[in-house]
Amino acid sequence: MQATRAGIAATFRIAFALAGLCVAATAAAAQGTAYVSSEKDPAVTLIDLASLSVKGTIATCKRGRHIQLTAQGQIMLACTESNAADVIDPATGKSVRRIPLGDEPEAFDLSPDGKTIYVSNEDEGAVSFVDAANGKVLKTIKVGEEPEGVKVSADGKTLYVTSEVASLVHVIDVASAKVVKNIKVGKRPRRMAFTPDGKELWVSNELDASVSIIATDSQAVTGTIKFAVKGARAEDITPVGIQITRDGKRAYVALGRANHVAFVDVPQRKVTDLVLVGKRAWNVTLDKAEARLYVVNGLSDDVTVVDVAQAKAIKSIPVGRVPYGLVVVE
Amino acid sequence: MKSAAAALLPLLLPALLALAAGGAQAAGPALKATLLSPDPDARMDRSRLERQYLGHPGGPAGDALQVALDEGAFELQAVDAAVELDKQTADSAQAAKAAAQAAEKAGAAVLLTDLPADWTLAVADAVKVPVINIGEPADRLREQDCRDHLLHVAPSERMRTDALAQTLVSRKWSKVLLLVGQSPQDELRAAAAQASLKRYGLQVVDTRRFKLSGDPRERDLANPLLLTAGNGYDAVWVVDSDGEFARGLPYRTVLPRPVVGDAGLVALAWHAQFERYGAPQVSRRFAKAAGRPMTASDWSAWMAGKALVAAATAAPKGPAASWAKALAATPLDGSKGTPLSFRAWDGQLRQTLLLTDGQGVVAQAPVEGLLHPSNVLDTLGADAPEKKCKKMP
Repeated sequence: MQATRAGIAATFRIAFALAGLCVAATAAAAQGTAYVSSEKDPAVTLIDLASLSVKGTIATCKRGRHIQLTAQGQIMLACTESNAADVIDPATGKSVRRIPLGDEPEAFDLSPDGKTIYVSNEDEGAVSFVDAANGKVLKTIKVGEEPEGVKVSADGKTLYVTSEVASLVHVIDVASAKVVKNIKVGKRPRRMAFTPDGKELWVSNELDASVSIIATDSQAVTGTIKFAVKGARAEDITPVGIQITRDGKRAYVALGRANHVAFVDVPQRKVTDLVLVGKRAWNVTLDKAEARLYVVNGLSDDVTVVDVAQAKAIKSIPVGRVPYGLVVVE
Repeated sequence: MKSAAAALLPLLLPALLALAAGGAQAAGPALKATLLSPDPDARMDRSRLERQYLGHPGGPAGDALQVALDEGAFELQAVDAAVELDKQTADSAQAAKAAAQAAEKAGAAVLLTDLPADWTLAVADAVKVPVINIGEPADRLREQDCRDHLLHVAPSERMRTDALAQTLVSRKWSKVLLLVGQSPQDELRAAAAQASLKRYGLQVVDTRRFKLSGDPRERDLANPLLLTAGNGYDAVWVVDSDGEFARGLPYRTVLPRPVVGDAGLVALAWHAQFERYGAPQVSRRFAKAAGRPMTASDWSAWMAGKALVAAATAAPKGPAASWAKALAATPLDGSKGTPLSFRAWDGQLRQTLLLTDGQGVVAQAPVEGLLHPSNVLDTLGADAPEKKCKKMP
């Protein structure tokens, strides 16, 4: 009995020592803060990246969804119920201003000069161009129902918007504010990411367990990557969040209800790893070093931290209710 | 030679331009569909609509159908396809049959029925084009009276009873007191409930008949306290196609036990308070267009519209045979988080069902943890190995 207890104690000591090592190693690697938007809490949750623990919240507008860093390093998030964007200064941790974004804004992107916000208004089936300085709606373009993902090309000339209902990617000419092409992709397209050279646009298809790859010069689909997860049916693989590394070699795709993140070799267009994360893995964000991937889990109300080199989840951190997106400030 | 060609060019150019313009307009033929509804329609009486019984229609099927076609406009435009909807009414099975034949003759490639079971059968037997049943949940249309060109978007009676039985299993409410109304329809639906209770290993402690009555001589049949006397049940399952008795049952049972079935907790194709998978946007679009909340019947009609759009998009140029094929084969997005498709063995649209108390969505079926060899949605309703429908290939 005595011996067993000692044994357990020893095991614990080893475990603690290991944990200590882990924390020490990560503390050296990661500094900064992750900001997580949440659909059911009017607050942004702050995660300390060194300790991987929640260090506070910032009050914000209602039903926070897409969250993105501005060129000035401020945090901007779209609040669907407040019909506005909230702009938070990470230095003070306070909301500095609100910008009206039209009815039910969901996702947005910023023009390269930061002056225009392109936003999807999900109930209106429209995309709006909003003046970031004063919140004035400059243009509204009718698109397919339930528009979601919004991405502008690096030169600022072309805007891509997904319509979940029409299963299309709308190609919009920014100068004329007109839809110039509709590209048929998989069922329920959600999010998009450009390869760093801008030649390809990757689109996640939630109800097709796939990513469609669009060549931006021909504006046509040139490839599709289907996902498969052992033990999960195709219907349960519902890809949403997507990010491509700076060198363009790898894409990370959250597989929704399959509760995994896929690592995809971009040139080969092949899945190399699958990492188990939380429930309904939603959006993904890499840190600056691209050493860690933060996965927002919509149905388990937490964020899973994935060590990229090991392709392994190292911790899940409880955040607000129905978390949606995350940005990292280092 | 060169100068001759140059001289010809100004003459040719307008002709070429005209050709190009003509080419741009030459979209494929529109997929014509005809909706057949009853008129008069007792379901649409103001007094019935006002009650808003769970599982009963909230208005005409055409409302949601139009919403689906409107929101499909972009998708159709992108491939140069079109869908045209016509609406006809009938006051009998015979009239429905005649209207169906006339529609087919006029070029309808798909018929949509929001009709009683016998009328829908009369329609299906009178035409060769696919028929989509929007409103009738009767199991016999999927089983002994199935047809190879008859599709169903509304969940069958058995799918709904299976969904409810699964929920009871997941709650471990295994002893059920069954209360059944007097109509032939109640009889049929009670049989479906019994089959589901059996399928999921639940125990029926007693089956009792009820009757809507104020007559003191019939109080054994009408009084909820007398009907729910005894202490051996975990839940009361009420089968009441009419709805009035069921509505008055919750909180009137002898024991503090939940009521399920046609009141209390009800399994439906849709509820306007469903929060996931883009459902609120669909409900909001519908409410905006129709001026009323989206019911389960509206969802079925909306799905029928989505199926038309999907078929026209899959085969923009037709012909009718391609549309018919695409209609049965194209997976649909019903904003329930998973692709929905028609079962090859009975033409039924497999789908998630929602368990609602009328206020919100309490649970979804199939319940979590339930397994199936191919598609967990097939735990709801008649499955392939049962071979209930002999008409399907």
